[in-house]
Amino acid sequence: MKISVIITLKKDVLDPQGKVIHQALDGMGFNDVNEVRQGKYFEIDTKETNPKKAKDKVEEMCKKLLANLVIENYKIIDAL
Amino acid sequence: MKSAVITFPGSNCDRDMDVALKKFGFKNKMVWHQDVELPKSDLVVLPGGFSYGDYLRCGSMASKSKIMQSVINFANSGGMVMGICNGFQILVETGLVPGVLLRNKYLEFICKNVFVKISDKDNAYFKNINNNILELHIAHNEGNYFCTNDQLKEIEDNAQVAINYCNNEGKIEELFNPNGSLKNIAGIFNKEKNVLGMMPHPERMIDPSLSGEDGSLFFKNLINNLK
Repeated sequence: MKISVIITLKKDVLDPQGKVIHQALDGMGFNDVNEVRQGKYFEIDTKETNPKKAKDKVEEMCKKLLANLVIENYKIIDAL
Repeated sequence: MKSAVITFPGSNCDRDMDVALKKFGFKNKMVWHQDVELPKSDLVVLPGGFSYGDYLRCGSMASKSKIMQSVINFANSGGMVMGICNGFQILVETGLVPGVLLRNKYLEFICKNVFVKISDKDNAYFKNINNNILELHIAHNEGNYFCTNDQLKEIEDNAQVAINYCNNEGKIEELFNPNGSLKNIAGIFNKEKNVLGMMPHPERMIDPSLSGEDGSLFFKNLINNLK
């Protein structure tokens, strides 16, 4: 079973990379952009077949390693 | 005095630290990250470098390596643990010291000498040191110290800030902040002040023919404090 995770920076954490990407987009003529925030995406292929159990395990992974909860939020996307 | 320096895959300041510790009288042992037990030590050092290629977040993988459980237990029982640069990043990832180290504000790798002001001398690292300002070297891409407002309040209430970036006169201003760190924080302690994490490298400032000697002042003072 594949489960996806999206990690994003919390709202009040500075994202210099997102800012630079925003500037570059601006320079390319994409002038409608209000803000860009950069994050991370994971695809986890697990042996677990029970969706609830798999999701719980991935949540534990997020808390223990994938995200740093001081600065980041995680969002688990259901099995693909 | 006995010390131990942990080597992770990708550490590159471990041998410099070994040289520095021995120069000032420590009996140092190098410890591999897959070892389970720490040798008997008065000081454990997590050195600088790029452990695990800085994958995921700097220090995140190293903080989960086998030896770290022993380091965490050692720190929680009052043992002295010092993390320099990548070692500081590893310490924040273990939660031994609060906060995180973000990408530098201006997205540059910074490699230069800086001045830092010692903010607190009521601890075994800086007690009795004559200087208030040290010139040390920094070399990092992720040294931008950040923590939540609640954490900052706690850090300040407990006087956990160890050193701040400043100018040669000790002025702590945004102008002398190389990487965007909150309140110019360059190093912090845990609550009990037996764990110190800092971005500057004292081990790079111990040889008058290569650099300044403010690192020597730090190590000489440190070993005297531990005796």
